[in-house]
Amino acid sequence: MAKPKRKYKRRYDNTATVLLFILPALIPLIVFWIYPILRTIWLSFTNWDYISPTYKIVGLKNYLSLLRNPRFYEALGHTVVFTAGTLFPSIILGLILALLLVKNFRGSGILKFILFSPWITPTVAISIVWSWIFKVDGGIANTILTALNMSPLKWINSSDTAMMSVIIVTVWKSLGYCMIFYLSALERVPGELYEAGALDGAYGWRQFVDITLPSISPTTFFLMIITMVNSLQAYDQIQVLTQGGPSGSTRTLLYMYYQLGFNEFNMGQATAVAVVMILLTVGLSVIQFKVSEKWVYY
Amino acid sequence: MAEIILKNITKEYENGFQAVKNIDLEIKDNEFVILVGPSGCGKSTTLRMIAGLEDISDGDLYLDGKRINDVSPQDRDIAMVFQNYALYPHMTVYQNIAYSLKIKKVPKDEIDRRVKEVAASLGLTDLLDRRPGQLSGGQKQRVAMGRAIIRHPKAFLMDEPLSNLDAKLRGQMRVEIADLYQRLNTTFIYVTHDQTEAMTLGTKIVVMKDGEIQQIDSPTNLFNYPVNKFVAGFIGTPTMNFFDAECLEENGELYLKTADGKIVLTPEKQQKLREGNWVGKKVTGGIRPEHVRICSEEETAFKGNVSVFELLGSNAIIYVQCGEERIVINTDETAQQEHGKELFLNVKEEKLHIFDPESERTITN
Repeated sequence: MAKPKRKYKRRYDNTATVLLFILPALIPLIVFWIYPILRTIWLSFTNWDYISPTYKIVGLKNYLSLLRNPRFYEALGHTVVFTAGTLFPSIILGLILALLLVKNFRGSGILKFILFSPWITPTVAISIVWSWIFKVDGGIANTILTALNMSPLKWINSSDTAMMSVIIVTVWKSLGYCMIFYLSALERVPGELYEAGALDGAYGWRQFVDITLPSISPTTFFLMIITMVNSLQAYDQIQVLTQGGPSGSTRTLLYMYYQLGFNEFNMGQATAVAVVMILLTVGLSVIQFKVSEKWVYY
Repeated sequence: MAEIILKNITKEYENGFQAVKNIDLEIKDNEFVILVGPSGCGKSTTLRMIAGLEDISDGDLYLDGKRINDVSPQDRDIAMVFQNYALYPHMTVYQNIAYSLKIKKVPKDEIDRRVKEVAASLGLTDLLDRRPGQLSGGQKQRVAMGRAIIRHPKAFLMDEPLSNLDAKLRGQMRVEIADLYQRLNTTFIYVTHDQTEAMTLGTKIVVMKDGEIQQIDSPTNLFNYPVNKFVAGFIGTPTMNFFDAECLEENGELYLKTADGKIVLTPEKQQKLREGNWVGKKVTGGIRPEHVRICSEEETAFKGNVSVFELLGSNAIIYVQCGEERIVINTDETAQQEHGKELFLNVKEEKLHIFDPESERTITN
């Protein structure tokens, strides 16, 4: 009888040791991530107004009213436009920059740093500067347009161009980030592949499509996931530049969540939006992972 | 089917380093030429210049009489197998083999026919749908060869194709390459630092060192008549024994005075030494381990003690420490030699090589 007991004790000790080691990571994870998510899900079934100490459970009412709310679909549409509008240009332009800068030349290091610097600058600061650039009267953007004989735009002041403006700022910020990842990916493509390609007759565009792109596909995939998640979480630039306006034209789901929760004190519905966003993020990631099996080569 | 001629070919890099120095080489149709030498000797650079992957700094390169210095790699009609295979990781075996034909816009059904034919000849039929990541080293090597074969090129270039394989597989693939050469009946240029590969595969071996060609010859001649000490030491395992000696005369006969005795010389060698005015001068002797014999004390040229005895099965390698020099013997006498046992050694005179100690060129071959 003594033996199994000792065995059990040893296993118990082992678990305790493991726990001890992962606790430093586990505690913040639980406090700042798992608990808030569970709490958010819970709140989405209530009518909490963010201020009162009490609330009632209302079941699926928040979700049902969301589904009936045209503002929700509008925000969903804006989210899709914003995500697609930042994702593809960031990745494509980042890759183009990386291709231009992959061969070192005089000053290329400084150029890389300049292009990367927006990523490490706080979005709020960047957005404030861009709000000056986008000024209708005397802003740099319109000065340039006028110099090019083009008619000036209203940028963040018009519902027609506000989304484009926010997208421009976001793409500008994430360009350098994509470039850095692509630079290291391009450097890792074995030179022998290009040589084998040269003997097979793969040059120029053909070489790029048949050798370079597939070789860097894991990086493209990584950047797609990261840029997508970043776009879904974009808040700072919208808050500083447009506050979701004009007339809701830059209101994404996240911004709608913020407005519902902290402007309209409807935390129940706000958290319902947050849960929808979690599902959206997970859903899109799963789809990307599934599709990636067809085009990502490790 | 191709004749390749290199005339005064030099490769100089921007920093002034000369990887290949003014080499001349004639490769006839259907020859299996091996470029062999230690790392950094310029053999791979030479091969890459033939392929068109490196620019030629100086000199002319001819393929079937046409100067091809400025012809792009794909227009040279030359196929290459790379050291790390260089298979496209995102393509299946089928797509890898078919790729060059696809680029040339060969009709699909012809591609299909040729790929299947090549795959069958290399035993790859069952692997056509796999990606390179799912293949073993030997299989990857075969795909790389398939990719070369399918183009029906004028010449095959191979850059250390077996160096990433384990010893057993290397032996197997060596036989396969030899077989391939027989079947394809075309020109092969093969780079290796492994002299076993060089000796077993090549019809002509080019030994290189520091960007220069040391000797171009058949495997047998290279082994028996090395032109200098480097070639003599590079070809053959275990490597040739070298020792200091003095060429002296006694009763009208020349002999080599060694540390512990003397070596009798054949009349031909005596004549060559006389012609070269070597009597009374210091020379470097060279003898292959298989041509060292154990002798009696009176006959001895070298006296020493056994330091290591390696039994290899049908033969044995004995390392004998003779003062500062170490003489290696490769013998079929496989009886165990005790460590420290005193041995008296001499050489088979007709197999002796004698080199100029300064220029290291041969005196007697």
